[in-house]
Amino acid sequence: MASVEHTDGTGLTGEDGVRRRDFINIAAVSFAGVGGVAVVLPLIDQMNPSADVLALASTEVDLSAIQPGQAIKTTFRSQPLFVRQLTPKEIAEADKVDPSTLRDPQTLEERTVDGKKQWLITMGVCTHLGCVPLGAGEGENRGEYGGYFCPCHGSSYDTAARIRKGPAPKNLEVPKFSFTSDTAILVG
Amino acid sequence: MSFPWAEQYTPKHPLMQWVDEKLPVPRLVYNAVGAGYPVPRNLNYFWNFGVLAGLALMIQIVTGIIMAMHYGANDLVAFSTVEHTMRDVNAGWLMRYAHANGASFFFIVVYLHIFRGLYFGSYKAPREMVWLLGLVIFLLMMATAFMGYVLPWGQMSYWGAKVITGLFGAIPVVGEPIQTWLLGGFAPGNASLNRFFSLHFLLPFVIAGVIILHIWALHIPGSSNPTGVEVKGPQDTVPFHPYYTAKDGFGAGIFLIAFSILLFFAPNFLGHPDNYIEANPLSTPAHIVPEWYFWPFYAILRAFTVDFFFIPAKLLGVLAMFASILLLFFLPWLDTSPVRSGRYRPTFRKFWWILLADVAVLGYCGGAPAAEPFVMISQVAAAYYFAHFLIILPLISRFEKPLPLPGSITEAVLAKYGKTDGETVAVPAE
Repeated sequence: MASVEHTDGTGLTGEDGVRRRDFINIAAVSFAGVGGVAVVLPLIDQMNPSADVLALASTEVDLSAIQPGQAIKTTFRSQPLFVRQLTPKEIAEADKVDPSTLRDPQTLEERTVDGKKQWLITMGVCTHLGCVPLGAGEGENRGEYGGYFCPCHGSSYDTAARIRKGPAPKNLEVPKFSFTSDTAILVG
Repeated sequence: MSFPWAEQYTPKHPLMQWVDEKLPVPRLVYNAVGAGYPVPRNLNYFWNFGVLAGLALMIQIVTGIIMAMHYGANDLVAFSTVEHTMRDVNAGWLMRYAHANGASFFFIVVYLHIFRGLYFGSYKAPREMVWLLGLVIFLLMMATAFMGYVLPWGQMSYWGAKVITGLFGAIPVVGEPIQTWLLGGFAPGNASLNRFFSLHFLLPFVIAGVIILHIWALHIPGSSNPTGVEVKGPQDTVPFHPYYTAKDGFGAGIFLIAFSILLFFAPNFLGHPDNYIEANPLSTPAHIVPEWYFWPFYAILRAFTVDFFFIPAKLLGVLAMFASILLLFFLPWLDTSPVRSGRYRPTFRKFWWILLADVAVLGYCGGAPAAEPFVMISQVAAAYYFAHFLIILPLISRFEKPLPLPGSITEAVLAKYGKTDGETVAVPAE
């Protein structure tokens, strides 16, 4: 298309050896690229949890009605949360185990709050593939280690909700929580 | 299609050669919007608006799909899920404002695209099919925009749905059953909302499909140009890329700046406050108007206030409104002048400006309250609109003496820059 080549200097090399047209081309396309990236960020961010979801990101639990040996099932961030008061026998059983023999080595102390060792607060989400383990409800199968038992693929957790047998790789997760009074906790 | 001197796609990399053998998509792109599509060298900025309309559609599809991720198509929750999008979803306000204002910008560029076509005679042979498909896209856009406006389930949404479906109720005998069928009830409700959502999601992809046909039909004769003189040889064209990708890119930059100004500084300027009140079937807003891009047609609808013999005014208004668009399908055969461009048609050009003013007046009246003097002005302007296409245009075509046409595009370009050297002699196309 020789007929459209101009000789008025627009395409000519400047003093610094850079063609004016090349400079404009690269500058314009780069700027459009930056703009494109800036636009993509909110398009991706909109799929993150929205403000109303984040507003429900912490849960208060009243412990006063939970007797030793009992557990309740509540929800934290739309997932089941197990809150259990351990019996002295269960605490003793958990302490008896040498952590170094465990798949995910942790002591009961590390999984509870100082001085309130009887309160075991864990997610009710099996660390294998996310089913809800049995054992929080009255009369449910608690597995051969007396903690929780996941019916999906047979993972057994002990009285400190540590993985002992089956395919799950980790202990039941202990969420971040704190005591707001002697009988109430704030999870999250 | 395309001209014999179009540049050929010749992939050099072995991978691209392999792809070209199996599925020649890069070749298709190259020939459609790459260096393989020769375009008249004299296109002005009015030729940007096709690409800009495509850009607007892309913005609508992307923001729309995102909005659908946060929306609940149910009359109990629709309004609050839209507010949820606005307040809770990350950048949700941006998505919704971009979608709402994107619709307006889509119509702005499409109206400019249409009036460009009207001025430069782009609808004439051999491009009638391009024009007809463009009108189909326009009708689909109007349907899509209307149904989208219903989805937030605000007061204007609800009453808009009621009024527009009421148009079909004007048809004799079968009108009311049709209206009930469209709504899935006796008034807009959950059934209407659900089907509008479903169709509002579908139609943009139908539009995208018709756009492909529109471009296909365009590329058979090749793009028109401001002189209306057909391409005669290689000296009349430049490759689409990089010449018009650069020019369209510049136009896109201006478009996005204008869009951003409205989006970030006046996002509700074109909206109606009443639509932030949840739909209430028991109370009509005091001043109910459609979105601005429907105003000219709304004015034609309201211009009919008295029965004509046995035809009720309501039906006349509806017929006139649909006719005002359907009329455009006959335009290529109503304007019989062999000269395309308004540049060389002095009389036609004057009436084009009058038509533009007439549509602007109709638009103004359509947005104004249904009271005098607007009703009377609408009546005059609506009558003129039909007269322009049915009487004035055929008469101009017959009696107008056009100005002398340039011998070729190149001749026109060189004359513009005061060069008439004999180097570039027009070579006839094969």
